[in-house]
Amino acid sequence: MAQKIGKVMAQVAMVMNLDKCIGCHTCSVTCKQAWTNRSGVEYVWFNNVETRPGQGYPRRHEDQERWQGGWRRTAAGRLKPRAGGRLKKLATIFANPKMPSLQDYYEPWTYDYEHLVTAPLGDDIPGARPRSLITGDPMRIEWSANWDDDLAGGAELASNDPIVQKIGDKVRFEYEQAFMFYLPRICEHCLNPSCVASCPSGAMYKRAEDGIVLVDQDRCRGWRMCVTGCPYKKVYFNHKTGKAEKCTLCYPRVEVGMPTVCSETCVGRLRYLGVVLYDVERVGKAAAVKDEKDLYEAQLDVFLDPDDPEVQAAAIRDGIPERWIDSARRSPVHLLAKRFRVALPLHPEYRTMPMVWYIPPLSPVVDALSETGHDGEDADNLFAAIDTLRIPVEYLAELFTAGDPGPVKDVLAKLAAMRSYMRRINLGRRPDESIAEAVGMTGADIERMYRLLALAKYDDRYVIPTAYGVDEADRGVIDEIGCSLDFEGGPGMGGMGGQVPFGEASGQPQPASVETFHALRDRQTSDGHSGPARRLNLLNWDGNGRPPGLFPDRRRPAGRDEEEAR
Amino acid sequence: MNPTALDYLLWGALPYVVIAILVGGTVWRYRYDRFGWTTRSSQLYESRLLRIASPVFHFGLLVVIIGHVVGLLIPESWTDAVGITNDQYHVTALTLGGIAGVTTLGGIALLIWRRRTTGPVFSATTVNDKVMYLVLVAAILAGLTTTLLSAVAGLNGEHEVDYRETVSPWFRSVFILQPDVAAMSAATAAFKLHALIGLALFALFPFTRLVHAFSAPVWYLFRPYVVYRTRDREPTPAARPTRRGWS
Repeated sequence: MAQKIGKVMAQVAMVMNLDKCIGCHTCSVTCKQAWTNRSGVEYVWFNNVETRPGQGYPRRHEDQERWQGGWRRTAAGRLKPRAGGRLKKLATIFANPKMPSLQDYYEPWTYDYEHLVTAPLGDDIPGARPRSLITGDPMRIEWSANWDDDLAGGAELASNDPIVQKIGDKVRFEYEQAFMFYLPRICEHCLNPSCVASCPSGAMYKRAEDGIVLVDQDRCRGWRMCVTGCPYKKVYFNHKTGKAEKCTLCYPRVEVGMPTVCSETCVGRLRYLGVVLYDVERVGKAAAVKDEKDLYEAQLDVFLDPDDPEVQAAAIRDGIPERWIDSARRSPVHLLAKRFRVALPLHPEYRTMPMVWYIPPLSPVVDALSETGHDGEDADNLFAAIDTLRIPVEYLAELFTAGDPGPVKDVLAKLAAMRSYMRRINLGRRPDESIAEAVGMTGADIERMYRLLALAKYDDRYVIPTAYGVDEADRGVIDEIGCSLDFEGGPGMGGMGGQVPFGEASGQPQPASVETFHALRDRQTSDGHSGPARRLNLLNWDGNGRPPGLFPDRRRPAGRDEEEAR
Repeated sequence: MNPTALDYLLWGALPYVVIAILVGGTVWRYRYDRFGWTTRSSQLYESRLLRIASPVFHFGLLVVIIGHVVGLLIPESWTDAVGITNDQYHVTALTLGGIAGVTTLGGIALLIWRRRTTGPVFSATTVNDKVMYLVLVAAILAGLTTTLLSAVAGLNGEHEVDYRETVSPWFRSVFILQPDVAAMSAATAAFKLHALIGLALFALFPFTRLVHAFSAPVWYLFRPYVVYRTRDREPTPAARPTRRGWS
């Protein structure tokens, strides 16, 4: 069935292999350090790892009856943002009726460490009490981005998981029968992004070259409709700057061929990055198929086969550089999602065509089978066990296939087949092609999948072409000018300008515009690298002299101190 | 009554100073502070009160603005020509204007109360915001006073000095660069006060969060849902190639 190829576009997409996620949160922490360690976004995690079953972050974000994220298919078969079309958006612009409050995320806090050293001499050891980063007042910590980590809170909290409420008694919370797995989430960089569609200012956009969805900070006017529009709740409102912020897929790294920070630092090596070619003219129709359960297949049909000469010709016709096509041919994402079909989209029923896909976790099945006296790695035993896995297939299906258990079972069967097939090889036996055939694969495919999933070499996991206009020789080079917000007392230094008596949220706030005004003027009126004074990295200091930036400048609060410091 | 020197200063010179500040300030702000150009919404901190107060204020204000446009820009002779009597006009204008004005005032009162009593919202309030609120509320109050005085005068059957013969001709004359100072100096004190506070508000406008009004996203109605943009080809300072060698 050869369809006519419309306009070809490229997307940098991600796959996460949930089987290997140990829930260590390294991705979240490194992402936060890289992107959201500023005031105004204290509560924001571009990357977060949720324990499932669990409520997620923000709380119960999957409950679209309440939050109205994503798209809705109208009776006429067209797509409309679930929270309302253009007119309704403008009519409700003065107060967004469906915006999560800070309490739905969590109120960020710090500890009153100063008290530890300033407390008067007494009989009691002084403690550092928690204080809100929003008000500066002492607060009780009652929720966080990860309050129900590892099923903490048990059934009481996890039973509020919208999926648990939907599939009901399939999910058990008695200790012996409980299950859990981790779900790391970033922005999905959707092919049909409802956040972009919701932005009245047109500040949000999908980059034509690599599909990364970004917020133009100079055009965002803080109408907050994107926060509602995103069903994954991955667009956040910076309450200091009054602008939307979101995961950038670390585009400054991706542009020079480096993986995102979350991928680079993933301990389990479970993330894959690669280019997918797709036909943008098919997106609208595929996102609007009638039956939600067909959305997974529809999205696969949007992807183009980069090995097909016709696709390659069409891609070149549409201005995609050859090295991107080459990269797409080696893409682990295309391999896992389209060719092996072991990766599934997260919540396709939102109709946004997400581009971060997941390989569902195979529960600890081998040991469970072995305990019952069976050969835990025999293919037939494994296939039979999939229906009775500890993690119910229904739960995974609600996450990845709009409730259709078929594709999930197929994936789990393939993962089980890979174990069984590779065990024979490990034990020095002849490979058994029938195991591969049973799941519709070949032995060579299985070995390739094994290389990718089990060995997971760095160069196999991350196949990222450098951006158009960036020389291949620049691969891996990020110009480290530092963060433009990193000036003394600036947001990157934990303040918002001026003296900060307590915490980063206290004192007289200055509008972010004041400091960005100075920063911007500085940048626009200088020739070279500009930006506010930077701190010296002591790791690079040889101990001689007084290099600029070693000491903060006393006379001028921000700006060029390089000459003066000499 | 002949206009005094002060009248010439206030109604002949000041409007142009304000226009210069408004236009120049807006251009300046747009050039240097697009990042700060935002509503600075506090909905994340507090939503319950905002969801009532903000639409009440804004929709009230929109009606007030429409009322001002009609009252200031449409000459009396035009409404006479289509057969609207002066009484009909003023009853309608005062009723609608009164309702919209009171709604706006109620909205902003609730908003300010919320701002003062909700901890996080108050701590996010800058001096700039406070000055802006002061002038904005003063403008609304002075405007409502003129409405009230006109209504009382109308009910008593007194012949109040009609703003359509004083303020409106002056307002229009400003834009054809021939300010009719005499017309404005004949207006009542309440109207003069309201006009002065209004001028102050316009002068403050570009330097406060009020600029978000200039970016009312009407264009949203006409654009496709999904926006594509190509990568910035202009090298930013960060991407600018550094010279090789020992330089």
